[in-house]
Amino acid sequence: MMADMRWTWFHRLASPPYLYGLATRLTPWFAWPAALLILGGFYAGLALAPPDYQQGEGFRIIYVHVPTAWMSLMVYVTMGVAAGVGLIWRMKVAHAVAASCAPIGASFTVAALVTGSLWGKPMWGTWWVWDPRLTSELILLFLYLGFMGLRAGFDDTQRADRAGALLAIVGLVNVPIIHYSVIWWNSLHQAPSVLRFGKPTIPGAMLAPLLILLLGFTLFFAAVLLVRVRAEILQRERAARWIGEALGT
Amino acid sequence: MSVNLLEAENLQLWRGDRHVLKGVGFGLGKGECLQVTGTNGAGKTTLLRTLCGLMVPEEGRVLCEGRDIRADLPAFHSSLMYLGHEPPLKADLTARENLHYWIGVRRRLAAAGLDAALARVGAGAWCERLVRTLSAGQKRRVALAGLALMFAPLWLLDEPTTNLDAEGQQVVGALMAEQLARGGAIVVATHQQLPGTVRAARVLELAS
Amino acid sequence: MSITGLPAGVGSSLDAAPSLAYGAGPAPVLAAARLALSRDLTLAFRKRGQLLQPLAFFALITLLFPLAVSPELSRLRGIAPGVLWVAAMLASLLALEFLFRDDAHDGTLEQYALSGQSLTWLLFAKTVAHWLLTGLPLALMAPFAAMSLGVPASAVPGIVLIMVVGTIALSLIGAIGAALTLGMKRSGALLALLTLPLSLPVLIYGARATELAIAGNSYVAPLQLLAALLVLAVTLAPLAAASAVRISLE
Repeated sequence: MMADMRWTWFHRLASPPYLYGLATRLTPWFAWPAALLILGGFYAGLALAPPDYQQGEGFRIIYVHVPTAWMSLMVYVTMGVAAGVGLIWRMKVAHAVAASCAPIGASFTVAALVTGSLWGKPMWGTWWVWDPRLTSELILLFLYLGFMGLRAGFDDTQRADRAGALLAIVGLVNVPIIHYSVIWWNSLHQAPSVLRFGKPTIPGAMLAPLLILLLGFTLFFAAVLLVRVRAEILQRERAARWIGEALGT
Repeated sequence: MSVNLLEAENLQLWRGDRHVLKGVGFGLGKGECLQVTGTNGAGKTTLLRTLCGLMVPEEGRVLCEGRDIRADLPAFHSSLMYLGHEPPLKADLTARENLHYWIGVRRRLAAAGLDAALARVGAGAWCERLVRTLSAGQKRRVALAGLALMFAPLWLLDEPTTNLDAEGQQVVGALMAEQLARGGAIVVATHQQLPGTVRAARVLELAS
Repeated sequence: MSITGLPAGVGSSLDAAPSLAYGAGPAPVLAAARLALSRDLTLAFRKRGQLLQPLAFFALITLLFPLAVSPELSRLRGIAPGVLWVAAMLASLLALEFLFRDDAHDGTLEQYALSGQSLTWLLFAKTVAHWLLTGLPLALMAPFAAMSLGVPASAVPGIVLIMVVGTIALSLIGAIGAALTLGMKRSGALLALLTLPLSLPVLIYGARATELAIAGNSYVAPLQLLAALLVLAVTLAPLAAASAVRISLE
């Protein structure tokens, strides 16, 4: 009985009108807490936390860089899992979720790269260094672009969904391999440590805003994802009958 | 009551927004032939590909001898032969080589068998020529030789008589009649009359 | 239930017709894979001209660097590992478009998917054939390109070995992208966008191994990592390619 109840939830989620309704209802529950946490976190990080003894005020950009870098990876994992669900169980809404994740993840990746570059400039005097984290982020950006490019290459939505899903899964398996390889590569050509993105030892006062912001960005991702999924479902199901009722027309 | 060789239950399939298969169902026993007709774009090829297992219907299922084909697709595939619109031949190989590779991947073949099959379809004279030098009708005949060679219990044919002259159509008719006589089954998509003495046990008309 | 009454003339030298019961055996997988391999090799030799294209491309890219950078061999020797590997990857990409394209076009790939044989094995055989025709010649040509960039002849055996291992991995990984983009017109740039990020680990380990080989040092460590990647590619890539092919046939 319990197993049946759990699977019913799963299969109900596969219905586009159900997911559309759920997404509509849940969005504010994610959006408002996200706004609060992000604003609060930024205030704590930018105004309250003490300046770093080495980097001065410049370090504060980690409050944007670290959460966006973390999110860029988390969104890719979400995308890969959604793609896997769609591929194995043939759930169309799962593909809609994966398709919605991609632009969000790509944007997070670009933000991480830009903020990483901004962080580096005052420290090393250059706009770019090939350190493992930035390099990995750049490769991740290409993985996102490849996924979106592959999807865009097919007119048939079903083919785009399934091919993209397979690519997302292959990419997901590769991410740890690529990450390890980049770290290995970087360690060979050990630049002087001043050029590396050393993880500064982060005392508690600095850490708390970071965690708040991580949570805030995660909720933000959820909210934006729900909005995009709704739009994606509307587009895919535009010929269906339930659309008229849902839109109140 | 014996179990049907091939059975389709309420097949529903969409391609994008188009509802192509709208609840197709039928049962096909041993020695029976099903003819699928319909206008261009009605879904004949889609139905054949769904019966093969290449396409997956949104609803409904295909059964072989009472079992869902998706439970063991490789075994199902090893018992069927699908011929699409175009004969699956390589232009840079001879007719004989094509058969050797195409059917050899599926069954152990002997040279005598190859020669006999080619003779059967009237290809004996030109079987050592590269396929790129053959006419459309000759290529179709080579594909039919593959059919004769393969001995699959289930045939799924998409417009098998295309490009064939009267003699070629007779060959198709003879092959089909033999297949039915030995207990095999055929699903043929065509809007032309079936060749030779072959009569369809039932006709399925698809509306677009 | 078996099918009785085989017609006379076509049959005495064939195996008995298989029954429809599940579990009836197809031809052995390895024999089928070998046939798939030999078909691709036979076809390639009938269109011999095409085989030279990736090699010519490889040579051409290698030529670009002295012209663009400097004719000094000492400088070229420094960038030789990078040049060799980038050229190999780009030439390999060029060749990838031919891996599945013809078969998808004439229905052969569809027949493979419907053959009852393991599509994974058949595609693995095709990829091996493709490597024998493109990757292996590249690996054998690499020493000449290397020496034109100032690499000492003593490094040649190492370079060939590293290139052999690396190009097989590149072919296998590339097969996934080639299968995913089947049926697309002008998929060259997209194929590169898909394949290159997945091939980066191969590039990293291969280039490092080549660098060590040129310097005369031991290149065992990166070669081992490269071999590990190869093992991973051999086991997983044909599976992914088979899935991609089935998706393209839907």
